[in-house]
Amino acid sequence: MFRDALLVLGKDLRIEARAKVTLRQVAPFVVTVMVLFAFGLDRVLVRDANVADTVTDSVPAAYVVPGLIWLTLLFALLLVVSRSVSIEEEDGAGDALRLSGLDPAGIFLGKAGAIVVQLVALELLLVLGSMLFFQARLHAPLLLLSATALATVGMAAVGTCFGALSSGLRSRETLLPVLVMPVVAPVVLAAVQAWQLALVGEVGDGWPWVRLLIVFAVVYVSFGVLAYGALLEES
Amino acid sequence: MSVADDVQLAPVKMTAPPAGTVPEVTVAMRSVVAVLGVFPALSGLDLQAGPGEVVLLRGPNGAGKTTVLRACAGLVAIQRGDISVLGCDLRKDRRSVRRRIGLLGHATSLYEDLTVEQNVRFAVRAAAGDVDRIPAALERLDLGGRLRTLGVVHLSAGQRRRVALAALVARAPRLWLLDEPHAGLDPDGRDLLDEVISEASATGTTVLLASHDVDRATRIASRVVLITGGRVVTDSVGDHHVS
Repeated sequence: MFRDALLVLGKDLRIEARAKVTLRQVAPFVVTVMVLFAFGLDRVLVRDANVADTVTDSVPAAYVVPGLIWLTLLFALLLVVSRSVSIEEEDGAGDALRLSGLDPAGIFLGKAGAIVVQLVALELLLVLGSMLFFQARLHAPLLLLSATALATVGMAAVGTCFGALSSGLRSRETLLPVLVMPVVAPVVLAAVQAWQLALVGEVGDGWPWVRLLIVFAVVYVSFGVLAYGALLEES
Repeated sequence: MSVADDVQLAPVKMTAPPAGTVPEVTVAMRSVVAVLGVFPALSGLDLQAGPGEVVLLRGPNGAGKTTVLRACAGLVAIQRGDISVLGCDLRKDRRSVRRRIGLLGHATSLYEDLTVEQNVRFAVRAAAGDVDRIPAALERLDLGGRLRTLGVVHLSAGQRRRVALAALVARAPRLWLLDEPHAGLDPDGRDLLDEVISEASATGTTVLLASHDVDRATRIASRVVLITGGRVVTDSVGDHHVS
């Protein structure tokens, strides 16, 4: 299974390295969203502060930035998953994957792994953007890293499963968000909570959210490992 | 009783053969019924092919030729009947069977953003094949030199078919399922394809071939099977009808 996963992971990353769709299309999208949020929230944000200004009803960046990062990443996930599906639809490549004899669980792990790698790159971009546009200051790196890693795995697992489910459908582009967003919403909410608590310095309160993210990641990855074969055959 | 009902078939072996042995019958389809949507694509089809045979499937559009090939690859769900491929029941051992068969359909099933060599390498490694065969396979299909490092997206339709064929040659599966393999190839490419099929057949590979280019395909086929309405109508070896 892991040999097959590495093979598929390598193939998907090689395709991205040559086509550069995430780099040339998704990354600019992410930056654009951050810039638009920066302009849109310019008057309501208190920069470089973690305390609300009661006089002007402003909101500390530490409360807003996590939501911006994870919502933007959710939109980016839809684009990355859509691309991951489309490379298997080009010229009947999906048939080749089914006929390859690869372990479906390995295919799932490989494709989800490639999505994780791309999301991590986008997360780095988002964090840099939040520091640049919102002067966000990062605290509690262990909590942030744990929450980010687990949420990324959960999101990638959900995206990979629903990507396979919607593969081959003419309405895939519109169906994918409808399927993915409700299922991935708990992951996003938990990640936002953990990030907010980390940024405002309430680290101890953030760990229960990390435990919740562990549960989501385990459930979604297990579901993918078990169900991906059936999803692949039906697509 | 139709002509197809008279076809005498050997009993279908449904247990996996011992490792390293070659089954006597590569493909055995018995009373196979498959429905695509509401359209009955196969209506009790019987077909058998042995090692080294090149079986040409011919018939009008919609006769069921492509469905036969896809059913042998486990890509079409069958409602009734049995399909045994390489001595294994396709329903039970689909994954292990798939590693030992190769399908070249209307689409070439290549990743456009990978190079020629990367595509072939992925196909070979996925099937747990021998990567040392790749250079020779690429050379055999005239895909050596600069072409091997070129992205598939930059290739012509004929070159793409040769890449897909190179993957087949490098993987060396025991059963080739070829759907209109001559389509999109220039005359030299067609000759090359015929040579490659003949070479594979000589090593015991079974080839099921669906083609409308009957004159050309008949030259390399050891059997010609006429399919109409999802059933085998005639099954002939050379000029001699066997059913």
